[in-house]
Amino acid sequence: MVDSAILSPTTGTTTPAVDAVPPKLEVRDLTIRYGDAVALRGVNLSIREHEIFGIIGPANAGKTSFLKAVNRMDVFTTGMRVAGEIRFNGRDTRRLNNVYALRSRIGVVFPLPVGLPMTVYENVALSPRLRGIKEKAELDVIVQRCLTRAALWDEVKDRLHALGSLLSGGQQQRLTIARALSQEPDLLMLDEFSIAVDPVTTMRIEDVLKELRKEVTIILVTNLVQQARRLADRTAFFLGGECVEIGVTEDLFTGEVKDQRTRDYVEGRFG
Amino acid sequence: MATANPTMFQASDLNHHNERVQKRYRLLFGLMTLLLITPVLLILGTLVVKGGGAISWEFLLTAPTDGMRTGGLFPALLGTIWLVTVALLLSVPIGIFAAIYLSEYAGDNWFTRTINLAIINLAGVPSIVHALFGLGAFVLFFKFGTSILAASLTLAVMTMPVVIVATRESLQAVPQAFREACWNMGATRWQTIRRVVLPNSITGILTGVILEVSRTAGETAPIMFTGAVFFTPFLPQSVFDQTMALSLHLFVTATQVPGIADEVPFGVALVLIGLVLTMNSVSIAFRMWLRGKKKW
Repeated sequence: MVDSAILSPTTGTTTPAVDAVPPKLEVRDLTIRYGDAVALRGVNLSIREHEIFGIIGPANAGKTSFLKAVNRMDVFTTGMRVAGEIRFNGRDTRRLNNVYALRSRIGVVFPLPVGLPMTVYENVALSPRLRGIKEKAELDVIVQRCLTRAALWDEVKDRLHALGSLLSGGQQQRLTIARALSQEPDLLMLDEFSIAVDPVTTMRIEDVLKELRKEVTIILVTNLVQQARRLADRTAFFLGGECVEIGVTEDLFTGEVKDQRTRDYVEGRFG
Repeated sequence: MATANPTMFQASDLNHHNERVQKRYRLLFGLMTLLLITPVLLILGTLVVKGGGAISWEFLLTAPTDGMRTGGLFPALLGTIWLVTVALLLSVPIGIFAAIYLSEYAGDNWFTRTINLAIINLAGVPSIVHALFGLGAFVLFFKFGTSILAASLTLAVMTMPVVIVATRESLQAVPQAFREACWNMGATRWQTIRRVVLPNSITGILTGVILEVSRTAGETAPIMFTGAVFFTPFLPQSVFDQTMALSLHLFVTATQVPGIADEVPFGVALVLIGLVLTMNSVSIAFRMWLRGKKKW
């Protein structure tokens, strides 16, 4: 397939000057509508390779719709219409022949954990199997690596063949993260991943994300502004379907903002 | 609304009232369940008492003689197994595949809604109407003659709507979040169906099939004009032969043969029910085995 060739990641082993790297994801004039209601209006942003890009904002800001548009999940949502341009690795995602190649390169973690009704092992081995990996030894390695990275291995290594859907909520969320990692994604999108996870585990996963940024680009949608501050290199503030501001995360938190609403939101004075 | 409780764990009048109401409803539901199984037990009891005496290896394994008055029902037993098997081989795959299309691929539009409405209506068509359709379509138009094939096709047309509805319901009972998680990983619809949706709906689909086994075995009208005969000395050799069938044999022995022993029709009914129960038990055991393996 032409698509998979073009979608393959650019090899970026060194970390060159940020501006020299071509954007991993480039969004031009993105507008998302559900029927007549506008969920997101005229968003322009570009996400660099190996950066953690935070998106903060209250409910109904259009954060989740944005993620859906990126990996073309809009086709599964009735009434959802996407206009504008989203370029992933330089390729317009609205004009792909094969959306499966695109989605398989993008790992997504939802706010609520979705442990598929199969064993822990099968949950993580599913994506490699979809890619055609059949050999048990190879799958074993992938499963252990992904579960370890998601900070879940120690808790489940003795019950890999128990049902994934019977794990606790926090464990299922880490299972979901392990599953996303098993795709060996080029881009990882986390949508408020810490809602169902306890603070200690959250910190462990955050450490994992800091490690992962060496290999993947991460979009982190979060309700916790402090989480964005801890992790994100740059952060966008979405409000009511509008991208109010994009800036270096530390600037947003030290008050170097262009828009007063951003300052109010990060300082918790919103109303 | 009762006034606030002064003592924390002391039940208020409202608590007592709620508990009395709860007990009354439990009694009501329990009685209805009892009412439900009474006819089942009475039917089985009557059949065993009145027809049990007729059951013997000879009864099961020989052909009727002396104008049905003596001998057994083997040709009818074998014929029913033929009819049910061929009908299910036709209706189950087609029904399940169509249901997968309607539930997993087709969008929700006026076209699929029309199809769904048609399926539900088809499920409500009386079996004698199916019989006339089968006679016109399979026996006469397609020239299959009165044969197992024509009768089984008629039965298949009759059972298919129920298979489709049962399959669609169990497919739609699989949470949408599972599908979306799978699609997000780049799985195609078919990969999602095969690895996530079907393994978790197969038990429900089997329930629909089990119900249809009983119905197929017991129906008389659809096969009367299309393939089942009053009496034939030959056992069916292929799907193009005519055959005797238990349900029709029961009708015949109960109403058409003067001077027949009372226990014969009861015996036939007992064999028919036994056959259905056996077929159902096998599929129920299979379903339980599957259910033990998969659960969310």
